[in-house]
Amino acid sequence: MTMKVVGQRVKRYDGMAHVTGETRFVDDVIVPGTLTIKAFRSPVAKGNIKDLDTSAAEAMPGVAGVITAEDVPCNAYGLVPDQPVLVEKAVRYKGEPIAAVAAVDEDTAVEAINKIKLDIEEEKPVFDPLEAMKPDAPKVRPEGNVFMFGERPFRQIILGDVEEGFKKADIIVENEYLHPSLEHAQLEPQASLAVPDAGGKLTIYTVSQALYFHLGQLLGILQMEPDKVQCKQWAPRTGSSWRHNAGFSDINYVGGTVGGGFGAKNDIHADHVTALLALKTGQPCKWRWTREEDLLYSTFRGAWRMTIKDGITKDGRIVARQIKSIRDAGAYSTLNFYVVDKHSFLAAGPYFIENVYVQGYCVYTNKPPASSMRGFGITPATFATEVQIDKIATQLGMDPWEIRFVNAFRKGEHTATRRVVNSVALVEVMQKLAEKAGVDLPDKLMTMTSTERG
Amino acid sequence: MRKRGVGIAAGFYPMGMSGGGDSSQALVKIQPDGSAVLTVGSCDIGQGCKTVLAQMTAEVLGIDYAQVKVVNDDTDNCPLSFGTFASRVTYVDGKATIAAAENARDILLEVAAQMLEKSPEDLVAADGKISVKDDPDTSLAIGEVAGAATFGMRRLVVGLGHYMRDPATPDPDTGECDPVCSLAWAANLAEVEVDTETGEVEVLRLVSSYDVGKAINPMLTEGQIEGGGAMGVGAALSEQLHPHYPGLEDQPTNLGDYAIPTTMDIPDLESVIYECPSTNGPFGAKGLGEMTANCPAPAIVNAIHDAVGVWLNELPASPERVLRALDEKGGG
Repeated sequence: MTMKVVGQRVKRYDGMAHVTGETRFVDDVIVPGTLTIKAFRSPVAKGNIKDLDTSAAEAMPGVAGVITAEDVPCNAYGLVPDQPVLVEKAVRYKGEPIAAVAAVDEDTAVEAINKIKLDIEEEKPVFDPLEAMKPDAPKVRPEGNVFMFGERPFRQIILGDVEEGFKKADIIVENEYLHPSLEHAQLEPQASLAVPDAGGKLTIYTVSQALYFHLGQLLGILQMEPDKVQCKQWAPRTGSSWRHNAGFSDINYVGGTVGGGFGAKNDIHADHVTALLALKTGQPCKWRWTREEDLLYSTFRGAWRMTIKDGITKDGRIVARQIKSIRDAGAYSTLNFYVVDKHSFLAAGPYFIENVYVQGYCVYTNKPPASSMRGFGITPATFATEVQIDKIATQLGMDPWEIRFVNAFRKGEHTATRRVVNSVALVEVMQKLAEKAGVDLPDKLMTMTSTERG
Repeated sequence: MRKRGVGIAAGFYPMGMSGGGDSSQALVKIQPDGSAVLTVGSCDIGQGCKTVLAQMTAEVLGIDYAQVKVVNDDTDNCPLSFGTFASRVTYVDGKATIAAAENARDILLEVAAQMLEKSPEDLVAADGKISVKDDPDTSLAIGEVAGAATFGMRRLVVGLGHYMRDPATPDPDTGECDPVCSLAWAANLAEVEVDTETGEVEVLRLVSSYDVGKAINPMLTEGQIEGGGAMGVGAALSEQLHPHYPGLEDQPTNLGDYAIPTTMDIPDLESVIYECPSTNGPFGAKGLGEMTANCPAPAIVNAIHDAVGVWLNELPASPERVLRALDEKGGG
């Protein structure tokens, strides 16, 4: 049956509103009487708070409320609930929020922040994941600096036997690759507006990319019905901690149209603080991060160090691939372990390799927490493995196109996790690329298909 | 001296959360005039999900695209979605949307069958009408059916849809699991010019080829490809959040210092879309949002090698790194 609408270049649903500036984003929502929030952030990357004095800030005219860790009903959130909304004792990165102020205007809020007195015992931080993995390294986290995937300090993927594969190989190519930390640089910075109403309901205008994902976490932080769910500080990974299952109708979480995300808005940055201050003051509260705050303190793509060792036969077939990857996660788990999982599952690349061994490490350092960004852990893997395969081709004196055609997945083969691939089209996609780019490939390659291994 | 080179890179990308278990739900309400309101919980972060989900709804119901409105504004009204990430919305929300639209369409067919004294199986919804399959001249406007159902027959014409891939827990020792909904395939070609005196790299051409299963809206598909291409050029040549990694010194604090590419830095972007249908995707579609940012960087690094014979194992390929690599190689 021919399709009438699917496959058509219909005009973008919200395109005209976006380009004329009519789309309403969080910061465009104006509620009379809204207070402005500013955060008091740690001046050091690692330390222990000895004393925090907010009294001068609280006493200032125009300040409606100040919150610290004491005001947070459950001060640990995330998929693995390990990140405090506001630090109580242990600071783990420079800029980590310790207190927040809601005031009548921005100037008053900034002045109040400057009146907060902090006595902190500074400790030696660790920034390099390789250093952080050493036994005598400063502890970013009480339970250790390396995320545990079950019993192991890394995600392990084993297919076949790489050592046997290396024995069959004619050449071995081993290299190390580094992928830097990157900013999403989405147009709309982090922002949140929380509006309490007389009936006890809270409306939060959010930039979230994942409404239900975050609503569950928010309800956990706020403990809307604290008798129903126990607050878990430093809880072991359960994978379901975000599903706080009470209070869903007490908050209306308003969003759905986001000014760019690229993964920057898969973690709560501001909604917990605006909600807490709105509940404390009874007034609407808005927190709008500056671009500087967004660049320095919001989540980002964590850096990667990847070592790849390949065994290749003379005909260009990769017969064994061993990858050791280390993800610099920053101070908290956020989605880091998921990023490492995704990396490990598919790091071996779009090629059928019979012997694969992957170790994916997720290591904590005293940086702001890294998290998701477009492509998760596959972006760095694609960089490393695709430069690696060109190096292999160069060493073999083989054409970079040919080595990819020779190794590309065919229908019915399987990935390193034994996931059978059915809808396979790498051979065809490369043929289309050659045609589009005007590259004249030999018939041998242009007649290959993804259904048969030639 | 300016030297030119060409490089390629290939890739693949999964849709849905790696590990499965991620849900999306959808609700399609038919208004008395036959127009439709689709309600979903996923966000439009600029990728255009309102457009493609409205297209799918219109296709299933047999109505115009303009007759579908999308509500995704808040959790009081919208059903569950895990969110907009993992290239999952076209696929997962798409499947939920199709199920909801089919569900609503079945109600309309049932009502029309009563009105036409036929069986629902004998009817088809297309072109704004419900007509008898082997007698196309016998038909009712969908608005007429919806009006009769709502006003006269006490029907609330609402379709519900849901999709969740089963969780796939990896084996703790081998990682064995079937973690993804479907895989899409990619290949890029970059042509660069390297200035051996300054180390600057200019991308002259970026050609992209992607398998998307089925392009629900080719214009938006091309938009994703171009956006991802630009992001990939930035990752390849200019972007780094921690210039003295692993230290935090001299971190950029504005978008003048954190150099994302401008339109002046982006070459002509050419793309070709290949459609290898997903075995169970919505209309065969796969997700494409994230994968478009993955291949440009390695293609550019490989092109730099082709041009001047040096490998860069670390991104970005900044002028400084290129010059150092040329120095190490000797001469350049």
